[in-house]
Amino acid sequence: MVIPRGQVTAIMGPSGCGKSTLLNFMGGRLIPRSGDVIVDGIVVNKSRRRQLYALRKRMGMLFQRSALLTDLSVFENVAFPIREHTELPEPLIDDLVLLKLQLVGLRGTRYHMPAELSGGMGRRVALARAIALDPMMVMYDEPFTGLDPISLGVIVKLIRQVNDALGMTSIVVTHDVREGCSIADYIYLIGGGNVIGQGTPEEMQNSDSPQVQQFMNGLPDGPVPYHYPAPDYVSELFGEEPK
Amino acid sequence: MNAIRSLGAWVINGIVGWGRAGLFLSHSLTAIFFVLRRFRLVIQQLFSVGVLTLVIVLVSGLFVGMVLALQGYNTLVDFGAESQLGLVVALTLTRELGPVLTALLFAGRAGSALTAEIGLMKATEQLAAMEMMAVDPIERVVAPRFLAGFLSMPLLAVMFTLVGVVGGHLVGVGLLGVDSGVYWSSMQEGVDAREDILNGVIKSLVFGFVVTWIAVFEGYDAMPTSEGVSRATTRTVVGSSLAVLGLDFVLTSLMFE
Amino acid sequence: MNRGTLELTVGLFVLAGIGALAVLAFKVGNLSAANSGDSYKVSARFDNIGGLTVKAPVTLAGVRIGRVSKISVDREKYSALVELSIAPEYDNLPADTSASILTAGLLGAQYVGLEPGGEDTFLTNGDRIEITQSAVVLEHLIGQLLFNRAEGGGGS
Repeated sequence: MVIPRGQVTAIMGPSGCGKSTLLNFMGGRLIPRSGDVIVDGIVVNKSRRRQLYALRKRMGMLFQRSALLTDLSVFENVAFPIREHTELPEPLIDDLVLLKLQLVGLRGTRYHMPAELSGGMGRRVALARAIALDPMMVMYDEPFTGLDPISLGVIVKLIRQVNDALGMTSIVVTHDVREGCSIADYIYLIGGGNVIGQGTPEEMQNSDSPQVQQFMNGLPDGPVPYHYPAPDYVSELFGEEPK
Repeated sequence: MNAIRSLGAWVINGIVGWGRAGLFLSHSLTAIFFVLRRFRLVIQQLFSVGVLTLVIVLVSGLFVGMVLALQGYNTLVDFGAESQLGLVVALTLTRELGPVLTALLFAGRAGSALTAEIGLMKATEQLAAMEMMAVDPIERVVAPRFLAGFLSMPLLAVMFTLVGVVGGHLVGVGLLGVDSGVYWSSMQEGVDAREDILNGVIKSLVFGFVVTWIAVFEGYDAMPTSEGVSRATTRTVVGSSLAVLGLDFVLTSLMFE
Repeated sequence: MNRGTLELTVGLFVLAGIGALAVLAFKVGNLSAANSGDSYKVSARFDNIGGLTVKAPVTLAGVRIGRVSKISVDREKYSALVELSIAPEYDNLPADTSASILTAGLLGAQYVGLEPGGEDTFLTNGDRIEITQSAVVLEHLIGQLLFNRAEGGGGS
């Protein structure tokens, strides 16, 4: 898979196909048994710790359940990477954090604790935190899952806005076809350990491949069968006593 | 055949677990250098681990001292040796009950809290988020808690012992009629600062190290589910308790012969 | 809780712990300034030290002035050599002071009691106490009693 700079690339596929694992490979949290992951010219799975940590400072990641540090306030959460990695003075950190929070529309929650935020708001704060150090790329792990329509609209808008305004590369892992298509410049569809389709959203919608068709249109039966493999139905019904 | 296979698997898993625990320990110990520069993190943990355990330690110490005095008196009075009550209470507390009981209380209250906290941070991906922000969670989360637990234990054990001695005084002198002066002097004659008190402190340092190690490791290693965290917490309490009691035997036989 | 209060509480906690240790060491234990180093040492030879142990008190007129610091065997004279460590302020013990091994109470531990002599010169570091009285051994006492009774009267 090749993910171009400056664009929003969606990685889609059914549950359990390994989309989130791909993100873990990119971030160096997991090492693949074969093959290489190369980010900005650096081979991630062969990097030493120091190199890896330097690379991670240039990446942002939005986790599925926002993963905000629960003992810190919203402000402190967004300030966390800035404080850890820079020696900037407090007033400057203050301004930076407010800037990021303003971008996601949550400047008014700066004193809230993560537990007080709704799911959608938490995710937006996590986004502000992910872009706190102006990374070159942001990875989104299932950002659309479990959100109400309004929050969903907000996140979709934000992902696109952040990517274009800050010139970043965005990688969105999702199984939400509609939102994924609305937001992505390019889509990779994975299943069964392989890339089973790739292209722009239009190309994917019009693809001939039955696997791509089944996924994009949400067909219950097709290459991925409806029935889980089982012995013959008639003989099970009328056959031996159940064990 | 299956039974043997599962036994083998269980043994191998156990050994692998010990290996993980050892690697974890070496990573944490090197992280302590990092933490010494960010001492505010340690202070925060000293509060939640040490200060908040203080109440249960003091109350328990008081009751243990009082019971010791009661039981000690009952036995000593048969030999006409009730004047030695102060010594009996003080020696029992300083050498054994102070370090051991404090360690057990600590494991139950602070140890389980540490495990649950770290385990929950793992389950809600907070540790993963830190890693992705290029912050080593062992440096930021584990090492401060490790240091705080290790430092708190001897302090708590010493306070337990002192309160216990006072409790013994309350019962022995206040209730059972032992003379106050005799209570303290028999103690001072027999309790040696080096042999008894110092050895007691060394014990509590060892216990502090082991209990905190188990607590933070179990949290860090827990399965990131609610069942996983609850099992890890149980393992911390049970494992720490057994380790403390076993080590106590070893240390006692080394120190007091 | 704000940072200032937190740090204050932790500081108090640590101080309380160290304070408790100090109280324990000095009040409950026997650590004192005069306990180590400053004291001077004299030795005494006994035929039988009974149950005397190292760290047992050394008293003068019933008041503790030092501790037994070492017990060893004199292999040539087949007796026990006991080294007494005496606090420096008690430097006026006459050179002919005697040392006896006594028992505190009926069941108590044994200790060394010093009885001052009358000489003008005083014991200093490294001196030997010549006049000593060994511990009373219960079996010898009983043997003595039976022997005396056997001598004194035939029956009853």
